[in-house]
Amino acid sequence: MLALILALAAAATPVPPGEQPVDPYAAADANAGATPVAGQRLWHAFHEQPGVDRIVDSLVSRAIVDPRIAEIFKGQDIVRLRRTLKEQFCYLLGGGCRYSGREMAASHHNLGIQTKDFNALVDDLQQAMSRERVSPFAQNRLLAKLAPMKRSVVER
Amino acid sequence: MRAGGKLLLTGGISTVEGSGGGGLASWALIAGNETVDGIGGTVHATYVPLADYSLTSEGVAIGIRDRLELSYAHQRFDTQKVGAALGLGRGFSFQQDIIGAKLRLAGDAVIDQDSLLPQIAIGVQYHIADRDAVIHAIGGAHAKGTDFYLAATKVLLAQSLVLGGTVRLTKANQFGLLGFGGDAHNHYSAQFEGSAGLLVTRRLLLGGEYRTKPDNLRFAREDRALDLFAAYAVTRNLTATAAYVDLGDIATIRHQRGALLSLQANF
Ligand code: HEM
Repeated sequence: MLALILALAAAATPVPPGEQPVDPYAAADANAGATPVAGQRLWHAFHEQPGVDRIVDSLVSRAIVDPRIAEIFKGQDIVRLRRTLKEQFCYLLGGGCRYSGREMAASHHNLGIQTKDFNALVDDLQQAMSRERVSPFAQNRLLAKLAPMKRSVVER
Repeated sequence: MRAGGKLLLTGGISTVEGSGGGGLASWALIAGNETVDGIGGTVHATYVPLADYSLTSEGVAIGIRDRLELSYAHQRFDTQKVGAALGLGRGFSFQQDIIGAKLRLAGDAVIDQDSLLPQIAIGVQYHIADRDAVIHAIGGAHAKGTDFYLAATKVLLAQSLVLGGTVRLTKANQFGLLGFGGDAHNHYSAQFEGSAGLLVTRRLLLGGEYRTKPDNLRFAREDRALDLFAAYAVTRNLTATAAYVDLGDIATIRHQRGALLSLQANF
């Protein structure tokens, strides 16, 4: 019976092209791990969706070859990661997207992520944002939203 | 145990007393590039040329699991020409060794962006000054002394600000170079250290610090110390700091202003 329900739920949420199916979960904006900033100024500072797309693509491309953390991304669904990260950043920056991904603790469960890995990813993100010429002050506002998620992402 | 991995500048820079902080004020941050999973440390050399004196400080600090900091610094305060005027001899120097320990009690200055709780640490510094005879001659009570402090540091990422406040229980005269306690006051007093900085880029912190000091000696009034600094993370392993400092009057010689130049290696 349970298997049938799961199969039905999985069938109800079509798998986007290029992605692997995932176990069913309840999608909600709250899964993004923080509330959006008020107003649209930060969204503009990130050059809106095209800017966020470039930042996430550059972040993911850096992370998966970054010798400090590349190992953690091996065999993971990078297509899905790019899509959900773009949604998450858009949501947090006030771009008005819905976040359809899983919550932070569940997404990073059993990946063995340590503080050092978290900081390495932040470092890659800072480089990606700088390449997009987002001002350091605007960068720090996004980082302020992401920083507390360390408690859900890092295993300890 | 894993080495390295801390975010840029989040180990602070070394104070002239060897602890992680600004240039003058001790902060709640733990020195070194390590995270909760490892060990790190710093080595620093600082030069403070003032109008009539100069101060140098060299030291090391070890950070253990971003929790405990152990530090050592050696200071040399050169009286230059003033030494002769004060009857000590030209180029007479006061030196001291400072052994410090700091324990992070609560909070993470960078991660806790969803609360106002700062990173909080307690610290102790044991100072051993070398000029017993002169210290007693000018009214100082002891050549050795222990400072105790409670520091709170907060990074407000959304505002790109770094704020800090420290309360220090101390008897030190001129950071301890002129001993501890004196003929005017010979008891511990609570002194304040405040700092504020703006993260202009992820490598550059511009800010200022203010530090009150006891006034224990009759022969000379002791002033507060302040600075305006620029700390730059040249690489992950090297931080350069340049500051304008004003240490006020020192041993009757007025207006001791100058620079603070510091290089710190972080690992
Ligand atoms: C605040 C920091 C972080 C945020 C906002 C974040 C965000 C996300 C998101 C949105 C997902 C996809 C969720 C889903 O599939 O529904 C994800 C998955 C993943 N993240 Fe993170 N992440 C963070 C930190 C890290 C770190 C530090 C690492 C490793 C160094 C990491 C590695 C991964 C991996 C490997 C996956 C794929 C897991 C899977 O598909 O099962 N993440 N992350």
